[in-house]
Amino acid sequence: MSSVATAHQLAGPGAARAAARRRARMQSGGRRPGWVTYTLLALVLLISAYPLYFAFLLASSTAPDIAVNPIPSLIPQGHLMENIERVFSSVPFWSALWNSVIVAVSVSFTTVLFSTLAGFAFAKLRFRGKRGLLAFVIGTMAIPPQLGIVPLFIVMVQLDLAGKLPAVIIPGMVSAFGVFWMTQYLTEALPYELIEAARVDGCSMIRTFWHVALPAARPAAAMLALFTFISSWTQFFWPYIILGPANPTLPVALQLLQSSYFKDMSLIMAGVVLATAPLVALFFVAGKQLVSGIMAGAVKG
Amino acid sequence: MSRSAAGSDLTVRQRLSKLDVATAPYVYIAPFFLLFAVIGLFPMLFTAYVSTREYGLLSGDAGPAGIDNYAFVLTNDRFFIGLRNTFSIFLLSSVPQMVAAIAIAAVLNANLRARTFWRMGVLLPYVVAPVAVSLIFGQIFADQSGVINAVLTSIGLDPIGWHSEVLPSHIAIATMVNFRWTGYNTLIFLAAMQAIPHDVIEAAIVDGASRWRTFWHVTVPMLRPTIMFVVITSTIGGLQIFDEPRLYDSAGLGGNSRQWMTIAMYMYELGWGPQRNLGRASAVAWILFAIVVVFALLNFWLTSRIATSGTPVARSRKKARA
Repeated sequence: MSSVATAHQLAGPGAARAAARRRARMQSGGRRPGWVTYTLLALVLLISAYPLYFAFLLASSTAPDIAVNPIPSLIPQGHLMENIERVFSSVPFWSALWNSVIVAVSVSFTTVLFSTLAGFAFAKLRFRGKRGLLAFVIGTMAIPPQLGIVPLFIVMVQLDLAGKLPAVIIPGMVSAFGVFWMTQYLTEALPYELIEAARVDGCSMIRTFWHVALPAARPAAAMLALFTFISSWTQFFWPYIILGPANPTLPVALQLLQSSYFKDMSLIMAGVVLATAPLVALFFVAGKQLVSGIMAGAVKG
Repeated sequence: MSRSAAGSDLTVRQRLSKLDVATAPYVYIAPFFLLFAVIGLFPMLFTAYVSTREYGLLSGDAGPAGIDNYAFVLTNDRFFIGLRNTFSIFLLSSVPQMVAAIAIAAVLNANLRARTFWRMGVLLPYVVAPVAVSLIFGQIFADQSGVINAVLTSIGLDPIGWHSEVLPSHIAIATMVNFRWTGYNTLIFLAAMQAIPHDVIEAAIVDGASRWRTFWHVTVPMLRPTIMFVVITSTIGGLQIFDEPRLYDSAGLGGNSRQWMTIAMYMYELGWGPQRNLGRASAVAWILFAIVVVFALLNFWLTSRIATSGTPVARSRKKARA
């Protein structure tokens, strides 16, 4: 069987592309699907994108206009900037954005660090009670977080952290999912030989972690950081209870936008657009990684 | 002399190194267990304690309450309304979502052009916060000047009370959950489908099974562990639902007759609402936990039964036994 490279030389780039396509087809096993498939997928895409576009349309219109035309025309009107300015003047948007950034970044950073440390230990080090402890970690994933919300609130009030960001950051510093995820990844991705080589060279355990395990964990760590960032950014219940309206994150500020005014949908949707835009931007940059992260996790989990 | 000095120096280092090897694993896993003790285990047990106390949000602990908090909750109509709503929304979101996710995954599992584009497309809603999803769909499902009711009236049908009526409000909230999570679960199912060995599918086709039969009798049974995983995780999440119903209207109480108030909202209302009663809120938390555990086990049992009864292997075994 001739390779793609030889086809390129012998029969030109067109034939090479065709050969590559043939090979890809054989690998994924199947013919190219017809238009029915693409129509179905386009429909799915439409359903997942329209609500966002709808929010954008309402954000660029006005309250009286929304009352008259419940179904917005697909062409946006020009009121987006003035609605955004009204969002700025009615809720502390910038401080909410800043709070969300601080919380999401610190939660992602600590989760990745601590999960990778624990994952390294569970995947590659030998110690008493390892299996039982790992099973325990996985078991904690089944505990609903709401079960502890009342005492958590009491403790945070006692520590004088109510209304302050550490109250949201501390509970998110490490996650059972993260530990499990990194354990799974490092079990396969980090060969024992590398660890032994580092040990023979006189590395302490923490140096071995830093110079061998951490670099090997990088792809999975990046995905964990992404997922942690998203779940932290979109979290509402706990920040809403502990931070309150005085020092909100973005989702809490959105709630304020809805309750503090006569229900002006153009204003609310401008807030929705503002709060969602950063993650949509992140999605366009890193969506591919998110997709492969979910798919990799599914096979292993 | 110098030799023995070097030797003893080495043993100290060796000892340190041994200590390092012995303690390092525990040090590395310590952050998780410490944090879990502080924000997981302790609150869980303390919730049980608070649930047996007279405990105000502002007044603090005011003595024992015995089972009064549980008695209050379990004799309160609102608790059962919340229970009904939570289960109704959960069923309306999990069942159609599972079916849709498997169906879309089957479509995506073809040899597509621009694969990554389509996969990213289904995942887009995942990055939208539930709060934002709720605000958007709250308007799409608005009773007056909402998109769906406008479409209904324009084709001559009666508008539906998406907020004022029980079942329609549950459907609207379930739609929000489905919007955000179907794509995510689709990718999980897609990955599971791609992990099915080709020869199994090919064997079915060679045996003359139609595409549909192959899908139903080979692919779906082989997705069993994945289906169970998705069902369990969506049970744990779904029974705690708060964000979407909380923002479905501006009052956030779950409607005039609490028609879409969930258990989590009821807990919030007891603890942080006008009653400011953390004791009662804790009782609700424990009841909710018990329900989640029972329901997760039930789901596990049910899904494993349904999934096995579909596989050809299980059937032939049953036949053999008969």
